[in-house]
Amino acid sequence: MTTNVLVRAENVHKSFGLNEVLKGINLEVNSGEVVCLLGASGSGKSTFLRCINHLETLSNGRIWVGDKVVGYRQDGNRLFELSDKEAARQRRSIGMVFQRFNLFPHMTVLENIIEGPVLVNKVKPAEAKRHASELLARVGLEGREGSYPRQLSGGQQQRVAIARALAMKPELILFDEPTSALDPELVGEVLDVMKDLAKSGLTMIVVTHEIGFAKEVADRVAFMHGGEIVEIGPPAEVLGNPQHERTKAFLSRVF
Amino acid sequence: MKTQPAPSITGTAAADLKIVPRRHIGRWIGAAAVVLLLVWLAVSFSRAKINWPTVQEYLAVPVLIQGIGVALILTAVAMAIGLVLGVVTAVMRLSKNPVVSGVAWLYIWVFRGTPVYLQLLMWFNLALIFPVIGIPGLYSGRMIDILTPFVAASIGLGLNQGAYTSEVVRGGILSVDEGQLEAAQAVGMTRLQAMRRIVLPQAMRVIIPPVGNEVIGMLKTTSLASAIGVSEILSEAQHIYYVNNRIMELLIVCAVWYLGAVSILSIGQFYLERFFAKGSSSRQLPMTPLQRLSSIFGTNRKAQS
Repeated sequence: MTTNVLVRAENVHKSFGLNEVLKGINLEVNSGEVVCLLGASGSGKSTFLRCINHLETLSNGRIWVGDKVVGYRQDGNRLFELSDKEAARQRRSIGMVFQRFNLFPHMTVLENIIEGPVLVNKVKPAEAKRHASELLARVGLEGREGSYPRQLSGGQQQRVAIARALAMKPELILFDEPTSALDPELVGEVLDVMKDLAKSGLTMIVVTHEIGFAKEVADRVAFMHGGEIVEIGPPAEVLGNPQHERTKAFLSRVF
Repeated sequence: MKTQPAPSITGTAAADLKIVPRRHIGRWIGAAAVVLLLVWLAVSFSRAKINWPTVQEYLAVPVLIQGIGVALILTAVAMAIGLVLGVVTAVMRLSKNPVVSGVAWLYIWVFRGTPVYLQLLMWFNLALIFPVIGIPGLYSGRMIDILTPFVAASIGLGLNQGAYTSEVVRGGILSVDEGQLEAAQAVGMTRLQAMRRIVLPQAMRVIIPPVGNEVIGMLKTTSLASAIGVSEILSEAQHIYYVNNRIMELLIVCAVWYLGAVSILSIGQFYLERFFAKGSSSRQLPMTPLQRLSSIFGTNRKAQS
């Protein structure tokens, strides 16, 4: 195993009851790489993303992030699910940005951002506040520390959510359709912040419908259909010259 | 750009029209009916053989003031027990562990399913089952000495309340979007941390109104504790009127004290609700009575808009 691989999904299966949503996903993501997951709704993209930080349990297979198996402890040929506390510990280094922002509405922007570092990482509040202000400047929201989420537009809320994820200094950030709940004119500001992050060398896995973003920013694009990755490669190849029927059909509908 | 003046229907210019607000005839009739009813009640009370000076006299009797004090303390203690138990069992019921949620369900089933009066009598007579209580080797005492009427009433009312509060808290927790728990977990919180810092504070907004209701209910339920010998206001009043036969006078005194205590509790609830409404609504916070007064009588135009 090369040390450069940060995320390695091996034969990941996931069923909800009789409904098999993921049918053996294999994917390696290198450190510093940006991978976009595309596919029609119901293809399993979001479920797979949620498996990477153990918001969903697996039915079969295993996912490595760094040198650890996510959510499980391997003993012989068995995987034992970790306790809530151990799983929480693993999630500290994996950020997540949600489709519906999920900011904490009873807390100000500043409190949203420092909650994780102070409560979980035991960072001193003064230090966490200073870092939070830097992050807010980075996402273009300097001076909005005292606002409540309700007072912000969707695009601003999502940028705060990105700052909240960054505050934990993660080695990997998962984006679950970060622009799907936004008004069209607000999509650009969020994508701009994400492009910036990609340039800074952060490892990102992005579930998205923004083909333009994938084309411009992604190092690789994976196209999912029916719980499998049917095509993966550089965006120019997958988006420019798709080989698989499903990919062609999807792209022709999107463009 | 030039705009055409709108054609007027009746020939009057719009600027000269006077707007008349809707008439509320129903309100006036309703108000008159209420006033008549109140007058009739007042007349009945004044014609009845109620000695109002006696009422005034007994309002300041120390035993009765102590009695309402006991009722208030009992309310506070029982509600404290009830709230802690309610939150704990609500979280337990939502646990994935079937033993944990089963225990919580059993507790609610037993304590919500039997009359609180019966439960009070059982706690009071617990010495019949456990004559001695203690930690082996460290301490032991006779149940009769430990379980005084007040302690028995606190535990009895508290455990009963916990079963009801549990359901209220559970409803509050369920009202919080599931994404909140996930977002909290995504920044590395455990489920318990997420519950304490993220979910419960948001659930409070839903929980407080019914719990406020139950605090007021509890204040009145404490009168049941007289059945096991707690000297709260109503039993003290009864002791007095058994002797002097001023039944209605003493009951009115009790009513006045209860109403006063409930009014104070309601004010507390108002401010508590305001506190937890923080950030969770785009609507403006409700005005405090002081702000409302100043908006009605004050010259501050901003408050009126």
